[in-house]
Amino acid sequence: MSPLKIKKGATSHSAYNLRSSYGDEVERHTLAVIVANEPGVLARVIGLFSGRGYNIESLTVAEVDHEGHRSRITIVTSGKPQIITQIKSQLSRIVPVHQVHDLTVEGPTVERELALLKVAGSGDHRIEAIRLADIFRANVVDSTLESFVFEITGTPEKIDAFADLMRPLGLQEVARTGVAALARGSEAKTS
Amino acid sequence: MSKTMTGAKMVVQALVDQGVEVVFGYPGGAVLPIYDEIFQQNHIQHILVRHEQGAVHAAEGYARSTGKPGVALVTSGPGATNAVTGLTDALMDSIPIIVLTGQVPTFMIGSDAFQEADTVGITRPCTKHNWLVKETDRLAATMHEAFHVATSGRPGPVLIDIPKDVQFATGKYTEARQVETHYAPQVKGDLDAITELAKAMETAKRPIFYTGGGVINSGPAASQLLRELVAETNFPITSTLMGLGCYPASGENWLGMLGMHGLYEANMAMHDCDLMINIGARFDDRITGLVDKFSPGSKKAHIDIDASSINKVIRVDIPILGDVAHVLEDLLKVWKSRGRKTNKEGLSKWWDQINEWKQVDCLKFKQEGKTIKPQHAVARLEALTKSHDRYICTEVGQHQMWAAQYLGFEDPNRWMTSGGLGTMGYGFPASVGVQLAHRDALVINVAGEASWLMNMQELGTAVQYNLPVKQFILNNERLGMVRQWQELLHGERYSQSWSEALPDFVKLAEAFGAKGIMVSDPDDLDDAIMEMINHDGPVLFDCLIEKHENCFPMIPSGKPHNEMLLGENADTTNAIQAGGAVMV
Ligand SMILES: Cc1cc2nc3c(=O)[nH]c(=O)nc-3n(C[C@H](O)[C@H](O)[C@H](O)COP(=O)(O)OP(=O)(O)OC[C@H]3O[C@@H](n4cnc5c(N)ncnc54)[C@H](O)[C@@H]3O)c2cc1C
Ligand SMILES: Cc1ncc(C[n+]2csc(CCOP(=O)(O)OP(=O)(O)O)c2C)c(N)n1
Repeated sequence: MSPLKIKKGATSHSAYNLRSSYGDEVERHTLAVIVANEPGVLARVIGLFSGRGYNIESLTVAEVDHEGHRSRITIVTSGKPQIITQIKSQLSRIVPVHQVHDLTVEGPTVERELALLKVAGSGDHRIEAIRLADIFRANVVDSTLESFVFEITGTPEKIDAFADLMRPLGLQEVARTGVAALARGSEAKTS
Repeated sequence: MSKTMTGAKMVVQALVDQGVEVVFGYPGGAVLPIYDEIFQQNHIQHILVRHEQGAVHAAEGYARSTGKPGVALVTSGPGATNAVTGLTDALMDSIPIIVLTGQVPTFMIGSDAFQEADTVGITRPCTKHNWLVKETDRLAATMHEAFHVATSGRPGPVLIDIPKDVQFATGKYTEARQVETHYAPQVKGDLDAITELAKAMETAKRPIFYTGGGVINSGPAASQLLRELVAETNFPITSTLMGLGCYPASGENWLGMLGMHGLYEANMAMHDCDLMINIGARFDDRITGLVDKFSPGSKKAHIDIDASSINKVIRVDIPILGDVAHVLEDLLKVWKSRGRKTNKEGLSKWWDQINEWKQVDCLKFKQEGKTIKPQHAVARLEALTKSHDRYICTEVGQHQMWAAQYLGFEDPNRWMTSGGLGTMGYGFPASVGVQLAHRDALVINVAGEASWLMNMQELGTAVQYNLPVKQFILNNERLGMVRQWQELLHGERYSQSWSEALPDFVKLAEAFGAKGIMVSDPDDLDDAIMEMINHDGPVLFDCLIEKHENCFPMIPSGKPHNEMLLGENADTTNAIQAGGAVMV
């Protein structure tokens, strides 16, 4: 067999600790998975979660480096610590996966999600909806005489809270993007 | 200066550049251009199997017995779907193989074209990685990368799906050295962890090496280092089904195989040890039994190249991520530099205890009367063949366990069996692959009649290429392993677990142009085995055995290691309780 050129410093394993502490509590973790942007890579990641019975609370994916053909998948998952460790190990052995970062353990992060909400109604309900939107810093991106489409950005919890308030005011439809997350501070965790 | 050629030619060129000598395959419309190229060259031998499943298992046998990757070539649609069992088998047992599939032309993909199947979709969960190549310019690079991925880190099967227009079109050939890859699993273990293990070895009173298929995967150097480590420390050593041969069966510290049908002394030692050193094994459920009661008092170290094997089933105290050979080399260095210390007093008591367990003689059996006991048949096979340059394959079932128990393996890569998936029908095609790699060796497939029938068509292959594979069939006219479970678990209701209308195996052999031998009298057994060995050609050896023999020892599912069932006198009533019954 003739060998290939292996890029210096390359490895598909990121350096996380294999000595997981074995608590029994279910934990919620946000993972940033940097993958080669090639056909089928998302199917591999999703197939891993369904095939092995792991939870996905949220999953977002988009190309983040066009020249380098890199996409970033942000996954919010939950499980006992042993399962979280398994998920990370399993993800990192998928061949087109370059890096797996557990943002939850690597330090403070910012997490944001965007949602669009269609609220229909008139009279007091309509006025109340626009007042609450203002408090939540949601923008009106479409409007008719009987409806609004609000755009809101924030943590998933903030969006949940806003949607709960809109429900009695005539909430018709919600579209959410899922979570995007980055570590705080000046340093880039992923490259 | 890069060469230009058709995609079909690139496939052959890349195989040649990767040092491939044999391809197992079966043609069809979507791979005709590649077959045309195969026709026009002499570097690579193509072996025409009789079923694509056979091609993949043959590639597995070739790979396991040589340490080199095996290659299979099949057509689109049914050719590809027939390869799925073999791919899954290779994934479970970490066998490096490259499967090339034809695909309908790119412009027809998605149109339910003739013999179209979503091959990369179907095989995504049963390959280490797979590729659909849509441009001829990418084909050579993908081929080279596929070999790299299949053989690096934890080995496994890969698949390349090649549409027919990509095979016909012309493109630039990329040499292997021009291909850049980021896939490079860590092979060196962490020195701090290795030192921690060395320290634990210095004080352990009841240590044990629990070795597995990872030692074989790591190459012959790993087995060599392991032997040195065992000789230096005088620790006892056991192995999984997949690791047999990494330490010689004749070695002084050998306890035999462990696990569900492993030896009493090996399982008891695993249960009672205070330091368990797992080297390239994956805490499979055949080993751990009831996880909560698995070796409760021991400190556990685990050397494995795949992070996902570590802490998956059993929590370990000293995880070491790396390749067995690399880690053992460092471990030996560290341990020697620290003065080669062991707890001699503790060890000597430990060996006393182990020798006491050995007295149980858990593999004893009595060959009496006019019916051949399967254990006896395998023991005679061992006696009459062990001095040969010998390779053993098996099918799946009781005979597989008897082979593991009663045959001795002195070297790695001499034992080919389907462990993780337990694929009936694996052994015969695997033996074809092994014999192709080792033309002058004695290649024997220990089989059950039911398993053997699953891929019996490969007798045509064996005859066509004059491969003198010996099919040693332990014929109990039963799906023996299933029957045993029904006896222990389902109130002796033998639902569908016997085969009626079995063929006359001697006539069957003759119909294919092979030799058949039937034996039923224990007194004729040795002569019959000698006749089998001495025949220069494929032999179908039909050994009629005791129909209701059970395979012992056995740890019933859901039980811990120290509650084994031993031999025929074991009380098997209610051996398996409800909790265990749900487990397979
Ligand atoms: C009917 C039946 C009964 C069975 N009964 C038993 C039984 O009684 N006892 C038994 O042992 N088995 C038994 N098996 C087999 C069992 O199902 C498993 O296949 C087997 O135990 C797994 O072996 P292993 O742990 O060595 O792992 P393998 O499947 O060989 O895995 C190898 C491990 O090593 C790692 N590895 C690979 N390459 C390297 C490297 N270069 N360096 C470091 N690590 C590496 C891998 O990541 C993996 O974790 C039975 C199977 C059947 C079909
Ligand atoms: C493809 C496949 N189907 C079903 C099984 C389930 N199974 C395991 S062992 C066995 C019986 C095997 O019978 P035989 O080959 O005659 O071997 P014996 O156990 O009698 O030695 C069966 C059906 C399997 N392992 N593989």
